[in-house]
Amino acid sequence: MSELRLMKGNEAIAEAAIRYGVDGYFGYPITPQSEVMETLMELRPWETTGMVVLQAESEIASINMMYGGAGCGKKVMTSSSSPGISLMQEGLSYLAGAELPCVVVNVVRGGPGLGTIQPAQSDYSQAVNGGGHGDYNLIVLAPSSVQEMADFVELAFELAFKYRNPALILSDGMIGQMMEKVELKAQKDRMSDQELAEKYPWATTGKPSSRERNIITSVELDPYAFERFNHKVQAKYKQMHKEDVRFEQFQCEDAEYLLVAYGSSARICQKSVQLLREKGIKAGLLRPITLFPFPGVELDKLAGQVKGMLAVELSAGQLVRDVRLAVNGKVPVEHFGRMGGVIHSPEEVVEALEKNFLKG
Amino acid sequence: MALEVKDIIKPENLVYAKTKLLTERMMHYCPGCTHGVVNKLIAEVIDELNIQEDTIGVTPVGCSVLLYNYIEIDWHEAAHGRAPAVGTGIKRLRPDKYVFTYQGDGDLAAIGTAETIHACNRGENILMVFINNGIYGMTGGQMAPTTLEGMKASTCPFGRDVEHDGRPLNMTSIVATLPGTCYVTRQAAHTAPAVRKLKKSLRKAFENQKNKKGTSFIEVVGTCSSGWKMNPVQSNKWMEANMFPIYPLGDIKDV
Repeated sequence: MSELRLMKGNEAIAEAAIRYGVDGYFGYPITPQSEVMETLMELRPWETTGMVVLQAESEIASINMMYGGAGCGKKVMTSSSSPGISLMQEGLSYLAGAELPCVVVNVVRGGPGLGTIQPAQSDYSQAVNGGGHGDYNLIVLAPSSVQEMADFVELAFELAFKYRNPALILSDGMIGQMMEKVELKAQKDRMSDQELAEKYPWATTGKPSSRERNIITSVELDPYAFERFNHKVQAKYKQMHKEDVRFEQFQCEDAEYLLVAYGSSARICQKSVQLLREKGIKAGLLRPITLFPFPGVELDKLAGQVKGMLAVELSAGQLVRDVRLAVNGKVPVEHFGRMGGVIHSPEEVVEALEKNFLKG
Repeated sequence: MALEVKDIIKPENLVYAKTKLLTERMMHYCPGCTHGVVNKLIAEVIDELNIQEDTIGVTPVGCSVLLYNYIEIDWHEAAHGRAPAVGTGIKRLRPDKYVFTYQGDGDLAAIGTAETIHACNRGENILMVFINNGIYGMTGGQMAPTTLEGMKASTCPFGRDVEHDGRPLNMTSIVATLPGTCYVTRQAAHTAPAVRKLKKSLRKAFENQKNKKGTSFIEVVGTCSSGWKMNPVQSNKWMEANMFPIYPLGDIKDV
């Protein structure tokens, strides 16, 4: 049965994982996301659904435990925050190279370096460009509410298994830490080992005489074969752009100026749109939900309608590059954002739009 | 009448055959290399215990990266040093399977030190096979954590200088001190008796897993003729004279 609860974004991730029937979670503590593993350890799902929860010795170990579990065809996830996600990049590259589905949550904090434990969106470029070595991408989902933190666990797993590719939920310290009402879905059963072996014939389940051995690997020493593999992976990313771009529009129908923002920044920008309209400025908001695949086609359409776009993000300007690429010079695209854990106010966004497009 | 070859090669005369778990693929190892013998023994033990359908192996980065080409079981190829974490993930989610890692000295005792120690300390119910030949083979003979004092390698061309490069690391003794390990042994594979003993150890380690006893850890002191710049016979002699005093053979722990 579904259930209404008041909880933190990080807690919602943990609850949703158990209810969706996730098989394993491997993690390492880091602020501001430690509540994910703390909640799981408190709920002890190994006694109910059979979900495994293990605290690893490092983020490097947890992402490689994921590589083990994912190769067995299991639904495995981890969560961390920026410095920990940096440590996972090697493993993520291997997971993508071995075409393994899994879900990683990044509750972003300000960087570079040890930085701050306050919210930021400064890991955007790392997230949407793969992040590790080699030509690959992660499926990237950006929740902007506690409800979406819960809902995107299921969505991320579905996309990860559809494409056999790791999926990343790119959240931030604000969404992770704030409390909101959330509707949690009813408990689902975990997949049995038998069903898994039928559904995922690539998984390592122990080699029966009826099939060839399954090898989870990302190594291929024949350059021509490896080029073919790379083409295959790129074809998946093309398919994602055709079938799985998700975004939300807010008052875009008659908009003359467009704010582009995701996650926590998009919530602030909704208020800014309202304030701008009260001043007689027709503003709208496009909120990418999938940051990869990016809703570039939609932005390109809106470029024919609006006079300017302002990418608003908690960073020095990372999302703005994708917006510029999408509209390819058709309209001016500017950037506004605070950094280092400082969160912009709706009024600051209004000022920035006016300064860039309406004054002087 | 003289016997011809065709008179000898008959099923009834068969005394030894390649286990059916070894594939037909020709191994890529250099002549004299220890890996081939250990690969074969693992295949034989899995076959003899009849656990082919229930075994998942984890290969490392190093000379044995392509081990998955040789034994007819399911495999994961791990990132450098991460095999114990990968093995942990597999075993935790498939506790009904036999899981083993196979790693070299650089993989297990340098870049993967943390994963090795913590998997052993948690007592992951897996087998870890550790091939120690004191050198990085695949990358062309660089110094390993287990390279002996004075031993030459391409990154210590005048011999390992302990003042500059540190001392050889005895990982097997370290993991023996951890409560999670149930069986820690050091073996070799260069003579017929050594091969027999090693095979017994491997069998015992798989049986430990069946009995959920904790981590079994088998070091195999081996040779690297190419890296050591010796022929296989010289390598074995050099190993006996120089490696065995620092890495003495025998069981260190058997709970």
